Amino acid sequence: MQKKVIFRGTLLPIALLAPQLVVTVVFFFWPAGQAVYQSMLREDAFGLSSEFVGLENFREVLADPSWVHAALNTLVFSGCVAGLALGLALFLAVQADKSLRGATVYRSLLIWPYAVAPAVAAVLWLFLFQPQIGLIGRGLNAIGIPWDYRLNGTHAMILVIVAAAWKQLAYNFIFFLAGLQSIPASVLEAAAIDGARPARRFWTIIFPLLSPTTFFLLVVNLTYAFFETFGVIHALTGGGPAKATETLIYKVYIDGVENLNLGSSSAQSVILMVLVVLLTAFQFRAVEKKVHY
Amino acid sequence: MATLSLRDVRKSFNATQVLHGIELEVADGELVVIVGASGCGKSTLLRIVAGLETPTSGQVVISNRDVTGLEPADRDIAMVFQNYALYPHMSVFGNMAYGLKIRGLPRAEIEKRVQAAAEILGIGALLERKPKQLSGGQRQRVAMGRAIVREPALFLFDEPLSNLDAKLRVQMRAEIRRLQRRLGVTSLFVTHDQVEAMTLGDRLVVMNAGRPAQVAPPMEIFSRPADTYVAGFIGSPSMNFIPATLEEGGRAARLAEGSAIQFADGPRPGPAGMPLILGLRPEHIEPGDGPDSLPLAVELIEPLGSETVVHGRAPGGLAVTARLPGAFSGAVLPVQLPAGHLHVFDAGSGRRLDP
Ligand SMILES: Nc1ncnc2c1ncn2[C@@H]1O[C@H](COP(=O)(O)OP(=O)(O)OP(=O)(O)O)[C@@H](O)[C@H]1O
Ligand SMILES: [Mg+2]
Repeated sequence: MQKKVIFRGTLLPIALLAPQLVVTVVFFFWPAGQAVYQSMLREDAFGLSSEFVGLENFREVLADPSWVHAALNTLVFSGCVAGLALGLALFLAVQADKSLRGATVYRSLLIWPYAVAPAVAAVLWLFLFQPQIGLIGRGLNAIGIPWDYRLNGTHAMILVIVAAAWKQLAYNFIFFLAGLQSIPASVLEAAAIDGARPARRFWTIIFPLLSPTTFFLLVVNLTYAFFETFGVIHALTGGGPAKATETLIYKVYIDGVENLNLGSSSAQSVILMVLVVLLTAFQFRAVEKKVHY
Repeated sequence: MATLSLRDVRKSFNATQVLHGIELEVADGELVVIVGASGCGKSTLLRIVAGLETPTSGQVVISNRDVTGLEPADRDIAMVFQNYALYPHMSVFGNMAYGLKIRGLPRAEIEKRVQAAAEILGIGALLERKPKQLSGGQRQRVAMGRAIVREPALFLFDEPLSNLDAKLRVQMRAEIRRLQRRLGVTSLFVTHDQVEAMTLGDRLVVMNAGRPAQVAPPMEIFSRPADTYVAGFIGSPSMNFIPATLEEGGRAARLAEGSAIQFADGPRPGPAGMPLILGLRPEHIEPGDGPDSLPLAVELIEPLGSETVVHGRAPGGLAVTARLPGAFSGAVLPVQLPAGHLHVFDAGSGRRLDP
């Protein structure tokens, strides 16, 4: 049952909503509007004047090979981050769901990464993977793998993927654990009596029953990898070497802040904005339509 | 076809012992009902037979094969859960076919068996539905169907009817009985409902705090309860218990307020003055005046239509319940305690005393 509170007059409800509205307007609608406006302007080299160019900036961005390159990077990066963070979190959650002794300690430890700031996380991973001083970096070189993420683009990509996935692991873990614990024990017992071994129980019962959670997390993880990994990339590789780890969001920063190409940068961020809106809309639609069972 | 033996099965959860040495032999095709109060260890026992719980000691033997250490999958059993435990993401067909697919049966055989089971249970039209689109009774049938398509050696039921409304419960009870007879599958059925236990079982195991108080056919449990727990648990309203002492020679009992009852069927062993508990079922208490009748001060009258349950107090303050045919009204009910229906128990141990 929904309980409706009826307010007399309009002043109080407006006052109650105002803080939320102000925050949304100041920190979202206003900058978003600015970006849309900027994306249709072109400034001269000295930033003294600007002219209206319509969709010209968008046309240029989409035709720019370096943007396409960044888009491909983003796809690889996001796919790997989401895949790694989801797969590992699911594995850990299944283990945590099983062993009850010491589970609380285990869970709290797994939740920590979420509380670590991106830059701190990046430094942590640097200490591990730095070729000369990093524990793993030195180890890899010692066993004959010429590991150096500062020279090798693939290495750099692996490093940012691992660091970004690690940050998201805790979040996924909590959701998966909650999902697992909402599956009635008797359903799994029924499957065991029906003759299903643990692996089969996982793939035919647990995994399908987790699918709403998995789907929700997939969208959240993709959004995270698209838009919230700037800090990790910036601190670890700075988009390099040779733009090997430059994702779309990173390119927005490079073009806008470093190269001061505001028109192009704005056009890029508008494209990203449209992507978020699409992803979110897709998620809402899907959640509404089918909760799978 | 299978037999089941439980040999001295014990179970403790940490420090609490839940089962204290259960011995049970179930013959091929027999339906044995385990009945007892909540928390007495019925489900635990059933789960040990299923392999979902490991006994602390003792053996579970199915058809002369010791299965104590085996996984549920290797025991050739099927179980119906209280909450049905259907797979929520599968259709009714998928639910029933799941175990058969795992066994690698050919598609045609699976279809045939599921169809046949659905036919028997009257759920043929529901095969494409998901569990949440079914009523409680229909889910119950699907759970039954999932058990019977497997053609297992042993059926286990853990209070499968307790989530149904009263009318449906009676109907499903009869259906389960018929199905079990028809398929001839050895079955273990757990319930806390004594009517269910009496009507379903070939034999009953009445459990009391992790011990089998009595193992016998329903009518024997009713007419010759082994101790005061069984006597009080089976029968509704429950048996009247009257404290008394044994007379010299063991031929009679003396009630607290002074009158004596002669045993109709012979003397009980024991010294004079031994404390006893006499049991009399409410339906055996006869209304009527006489030299040795007890005048009951009526406290509550429950008319049930064809009969009336009267709760009253004897002169000594003892609560007595009588079930009388027809209607009754009044403030005092004089009753007779018929010696022919008397159950005699040792007050110390609670055990039945026979002549
Ligand atoms: N996993 C467990 N850990 C600890 N104690 C348990 C566990 N399972 C059951 N018990 C205890 O064992 C006793 C018997 O439980 P069980 O479920 O067998 O009772 P039951 O006879 O089936 O009762 P009901 O009629 O309420 O279902 C209870 O006291 C319960 O608290
Ligand atoms: Mg139980």
